[in-house]
Amino acid sequence: MLSKRIIACLDVRDGNLAKSIKFVDTKDIGDPVSKAREYYDDGLDELVFYDITASSDARNIMLDVVERVAEQVYIPFSVGGGIRTVEDANKLLWAGAEKINVNSAAVKRPELIAECAHAFGAQNTVLSMDILRVEISREFPSGYEVVINGGRTPMGVDALEWALKGEELGAGELVVNSIDADGTREGYEITLTRMIAEAVSIPVIASGGAGKPEHLLEVLTEGKADAALVASMVHYGDYTVSGLKQWLHEQGVKVRLRY
Amino acid sequence: MPVIVDYDAGNVRSVQRACQHVGMDAEISADPAVVAAADKLIFPGVGSAESAVDTLRDRGLDEAIRAFYATGKPLLGICLGLQIVLEHTEEGDQTCLGLVEGACERFEFADRSLKVPHIGWNELTITRPHPMLENIQSGDEFYFVHSYFAQPIDNNHVVGTTQYGDKTFCSVIARENLFATQFHLEKSGELGLKLLGAFKDWDATC
Repeated sequence: MLSKRIIACLDVRDGNLAKSIKFVDTKDIGDPVSKAREYYDDGLDELVFYDITASSDARNIMLDVVERVAEQVYIPFSVGGGIRTVEDANKLLWAGAEKINVNSAAVKRPELIAECAHAFGAQNTVLSMDILRVEISREFPSGYEVVINGGRTPMGVDALEWALKGEELGAGELVVNSIDADGTREGYEITLTRMIAEAVSIPVIASGGAGKPEHLLEVLTEGKADAALVASMVHYGDYTVSGLKQWLHEQGVKVRLRY
Repeated sequence: MPVIVDYDAGNVRSVQRACQHVGMDAEISADPAVVAAADKLIFPGVGSAESAVDTLRDRGLDEAIRAFYATGKPLLGICLGLQIVLEHTEEGDQTCLGLVEGACERFEFADRSLKVPHIGWNELTITRPHPMLENIQSGDEFYFVHSYFAQPIDNNHVVGTTQYGDKTFCSVIARENLFATQFHLEKSGELGLKLLGAFKDWDATC
C-alpha cells in the first residue's frame, strides 16, 4: 500500500535556511544542507527547496546548495523559486534535483508547465500554487484565488481552474499552498486541499499551516492530500520527522517507518 | 568499469552519485561500444518509454544492451529500465528490448482517489528469493514514480511485487544476469543504497 509522504520544505535565501510568516518577516535559521541531512537520517520521505533569494545573481548559490544536498541525501527532492525557463530548470536537475517546482512564472506563462513536462517528464514537473481565500464570485467560483510573487500579487485566476489547467498542461503533482494558513501553525486549509485533491487525478501535496501532528492527520485523511508539507514545526525542533511519522502510524495512517 | 547507459531519459547523475556513495565508480556513456563492453551495466530511466526507446534505437544502444545481456555480466534496470527490458509497452505502442517476455500496461482505476502516476513510497513483497535481495525484507519501502507497470508472462521472472489500490504489480524482475526494479534505488534512502551495494558485489548468479 502506498504511504502518505511527509515532505519538509526548506526556504533558502542567499544559501541560508529562512522561514517566513505569512510570506513576510523572513529570518535565517540555519544551513539548509545540514538540515536536509538531519531530516534524511530521521526518516523524511522527500524534500522541497524554495529559493527565495531576491537577486538573480545569487542563483548560483542555490545550484551549489542543490549539489551539496544531492551528494548526501538519497531521497527525492524538488527545487522551486524563480524558474522561468526550461533552461533554469535544467540547471537545477543537472545539479541533482529530482523534480522542479514551477509557480509564479507558470501563472504568467502557462506553457512553461507543458515545456517542462515535455523536457523532463510530467513526473518531474510539479506545479506549486499559492492560494488566497476570497469571496465566491463569478470570477472565483471556488472561493480561492491564485496569487504570485510570494503572495503579494493577485492574478485574477480561480484556484480550482488553475489546478485543472495545470494537470492538463502536464504537471505530475500539485503543491497546494494556502497563503492564509502559511506560517500560522493553526492547521492546513482543509476545504481547499480537499476540493483540489478530489478534482484532479494527480497527487496533491498540502502546504501551509502545519503546527501540530493533528493537523497532518486532518489533511491526510479529511483533506485527501497524498502528502503533507511541514516547515516551522520541524525546523524549530518542536517535533521530529520520526516522531510525527510514528504518531501518524498510531492513528492508522500508512507512513514509511523502516529506513 | 561499470557503465550507466545515457539515453536522455532522466537524471543519470543521480544514479552515478548513488553508485559512488556505495563505492562503485561508474561511467556515464551513450556509446554503444562502451555499453556493450562494460563489466556491469546500469540501465536507468524516467519519463516516456516511447521517446526513450526511440533514442535507444537512434544511438544503437538497443543492440548494445542486448549484446551486453548476452555476455552474462550483471545488468541492473531501474524504473523505465525495467519496463524497456520487456517486449512491448502500451506507452506509445512501443516495441521494447524483449529480454523478458511480457508487456507494460497503464494503471487504470475506477477509484479516483488512486492517483496516476503512482508516486511515493510503497512496500516490496519478495515472491522468490534472489541473491540481490539477501539483505532486503518484504515490507521494506522504496520510492516509485510511474504510470505503467510490467507484466512478465513467466512468473519465474517476477521476484518482487507491490500493491497499489487493488492492483498487485511486478516491481522486481530477475532473469539470469538481469535484475530490474520498478522503484528508484537511487532515491530510496538507505535501503535503496543497500540494494545498489548488493549490485556492486553481485556475480550475476541467481
